[in-house]
Amino acid sequence: MSAPANVPASAQGAVLFPGNLRANPRLSQWLRFSRDGRVEVSPGKVEIGQGILTALAQIVADELDVELARLRVVPASTARSPNEGVTSGSLSVQDCGLALRYVSAEARALFLAAAAERLGIPAEALSVADGEISGPGNTRTSYWELAEDVSLDRDATCAAEPKPPAARSVAGSAAARLDIPDKVLGRARFIHDLVLRGMLHGRVLRPEAPRARLVALEEGSARVLPGFVALVRDGSFVGVVAQTEHAAEAALAHLGAGASWSAGEALPDEAGLKAWLKSQPAETKVVDSREAARPALPARTMRRAYSRPYLAHASIAPSCAVAQWSDSGLHVWSHCQGVFHLRADLALVLAIPAEKIVVEHVEGAGCYGHNGADDVALDAALLARGAGGRPVRVQWSRADELARAPFGAAQLVEIEADLDERGEIVAWRHDIWGNGHVARPGRNEIPTLLAASELQKPFPRFIAANPPLATGGGADRNAVPLYDLPAWRITNHRLLAMPLRTSSLRSLGAFANVFAIECFLDELAAERGEDPLALRLRYLRDPRARAVLEAAAARAGWGGPKREGFGRGLAFARYKNTGAYCAVVAEVEGEAEIRVRRLIIAVDVGEAINPDGVVNQVEGGAIQATSWTLKEAVRFDRERVTSNSWESYPILTFSEVPAVEVEIIPRPDEKPVGAGEAAHGPTAAAVANAVHDLLGVRVRDLPITRERVIAAMEAA
Amino acid sequence: MSERLSLRVNGVERTPELDPALPLLALLRGELDLMGARFGCGAGQCGACNVLVEGRAVASCETPLWAVAGKDVVTVEGLGTPERPHALQEAFVAEQAIQCGYCVSGILISAAALLARNPDPSAAEVREALDRNLCRCGAHNRMVRAVLRAVTAGQPA
Repeated sequence: MSAPANVPASAQGAVLFPGNLRANPRLSQWLRFSRDGRVEVSPGKVEIGQGILTALAQIVADELDVELARLRVVPASTARSPNEGVTSGSLSVQDCGLALRYVSAEARALFLAAAAERLGIPAEALSVADGEISGPGNTRTSYWELAEDVSLDRDATCAAEPKPPAARSVAGSAAARLDIPDKVLGRARFIHDLVLRGMLHGRVLRPEAPRARLVALEEGSARVLPGFVALVRDGSFVGVVAQTEHAAEAALAHLGAGASWSAGEALPDEAGLKAWLKSQPAETKVVDSREAARPALPARTMRRAYSRPYLAHASIAPSCAVAQWSDSGLHVWSHCQGVFHLRADLALVLAIPAEKIVVEHVEGAGCYGHNGADDVALDAALLARGAGGRPVRVQWSRADELARAPFGAAQLVEIEADLDERGEIVAWRHDIWGNGHVARPGRNEIPTLLAASELQKPFPRFIAANPPLATGGGADRNAVPLYDLPAWRITNHRLLAMPLRTSSLRSLGAFANVFAIECFLDELAAERGEDPLALRLRYLRDPRARAVLEAAAARAGWGGPKREGFGRGLAFARYKNTGAYCAVVAEVEGEAEIRVRRLIIAVDVGEAINPDGVVNQVEGGAIQATSWTLKEAVRFDRERVTSNSWESYPILTFSEVPAVEVEIIPRPDEKPVGAGEAAHGPTAAAVANAVHDLLGVRVRDLPITRERVIAAMEAA
Repeated sequence: MSERLSLRVNGVERTPELDPALPLLALLRGELDLMGARFGCGAGQCGACNVLVEGRAVASCETPLWAVAGKDVVTVEGLGTPERPHALQEAFVAEQAIQCGYCVSGILISAAALLARNPDPSAAEVREALDRNLCRCGAHNRMVRAVLRAVTAGQPA
């Protein structure tokens, strides 16, 4: 993982560096002022559809006292930006946002000091309004006048304290997102829209069976097609470069017809996925344990197993990249989550120094984790080798995007609770089986990019791992209960075989772990005849946790009358046990085909920098989670992934989307945390609990399809 | 292979010389440099590339050029401009009705086609009209609100 958890300045006044400032202390890396009244903000975090650049600009606008419209947020690039690792884990506001807050406060102080000297007035007597600095006696200057006198080429000291929460006016308000006008006008903003002079188009030929090797290739017919420029082959990696996208696709079709592939690596039996997950070689680790001071004797043990399938990122845009070689090295344009990390892996595969590579971020469509963005960047770099210095744009197909990008790992969770004679939990065991959740580039000795294992001299395939729990964990994320149980043991079994490539998908293991824990508690409550809300509150000490549960329940009329034909369910989690608190009440209907009609959500993200952005992120997360919960599973036979179109990998449609109400518990004095992944796990469990409330059956394997509901009814 | 075709795009007569089997999307994003219609699936299943042809929302990724010869095509760029945005575009900004925004061009087009044939749709009718447009970020409800806001804005007070 990149940076350690941020450390707020301590009450004793010792200077501790917040966010990602410690690794990137130079002020000019973050902020640049110009004479024409503009401030360039240069975060290392990237826009992936979550509106982060607006939230970051709000923080800067507040500390500097300038209007939002003066700020220009520039995309991350290895050539100029602070290295803030990967934009992931809902950390951007707390890491990058706090760094920018301190940088901006310090920049403001430096400008005020310069103004004080110029005007002969003490800095304390000066005030700033939209960059104009004024003092008593109508004295004035501005950031812009002083822009060339104040050098930010110095390291942060964090000596300037940011404003207290009550003095902020932009952060905390629902500022309009800076990127939305362009997007509704259809302007070119996405990497897919990037057109460089002399740009060519590339496509890569890949086998249907994962890990199949290219045995023979008849390439003559592709070479004679109009627009053909080059064929690039390196082992089993093969692709074409052509003048236009359609010429590249036509050449690809010819190549495909002339290619023979070996058999690939056998895939698991989809129908026996849970048994397969438990039967593979695995690295077993006790993640966390707690012993009771006075162990109680269990009267009985309750055991349940829950699972989720492999999930696809299923972004609306296929992954895309542009690459260009020159005498000075390689330039790559990418919608990846971490420009420095991608650069590191490209350097490994291409065997050139990282300093010879510039990776520049360009926005893609919504990104929900480690998708195909990094893979296609290597594809473009390899194909651009055949382009004689011209830039090559590579765009994956829909099938590539759904079947060849990394998946979110399938996961089996078994929970055992020892209960005393009153049915109270005396000990809790939670076991996880599945592949690791992180195979991101730039963190290992071997690259994790798809084409790296296809080359003539292939790199071994990186088997997905899990970051330590201290930095959020992977498969074990949210596996440790936040509930105050007397004893527990949490064990993760990370698979060492990886026939289907897995890496980070929004919320990582938290989705399955929260689903399992929160369903289990409902099952226990049902056995005890206790209200599920009351049971949770009995085991929760943290007042912020209790507050979101109580708020969601109150808003949903929990305990009150229900609409005829509706089921209601509730669930809670604090994301990563350190991030946002979120409680969800779900209302569902249906006889076998489940419809989620309403989600009532209460969330506590600490200081909400942009409340409307928080609502948008939480609502979006809850809707995506509803789609995962009701509909989604990567499908495969023993040879290939078969869910490679929107027909075979359906997602929630407009008519199926529930009404969503989000209530933010205001906590302006608490550390801000991300909102984008908080609702996923609680939504899944709340829906499953509502299904039980409605139909009296438990579906413990996701997705909750018509077939699964019917099977559960038949088994009941 | 190439033929001279004639069509009207956003009110402008165009006469490209292209293979008539090419999809309309290739002309729009290529020669015409109109990037508003986006490639999503190439199979007419996601709606990201939707444009209006004679007022109807169609997937430009699988509409061959020969099928639009002589026809009137409107892309999201033709709905409105920064100076004179379409009521739908204003409403989408007012409701902050996107997350990543990749799908929004096609959704604006589908909504415009709906409002042209049904100027006063219910929320359920808006959803139904957008069912062939996919959104992965979960901005659906905001988009539905935005369409309904545009309806209200277009009505006399």
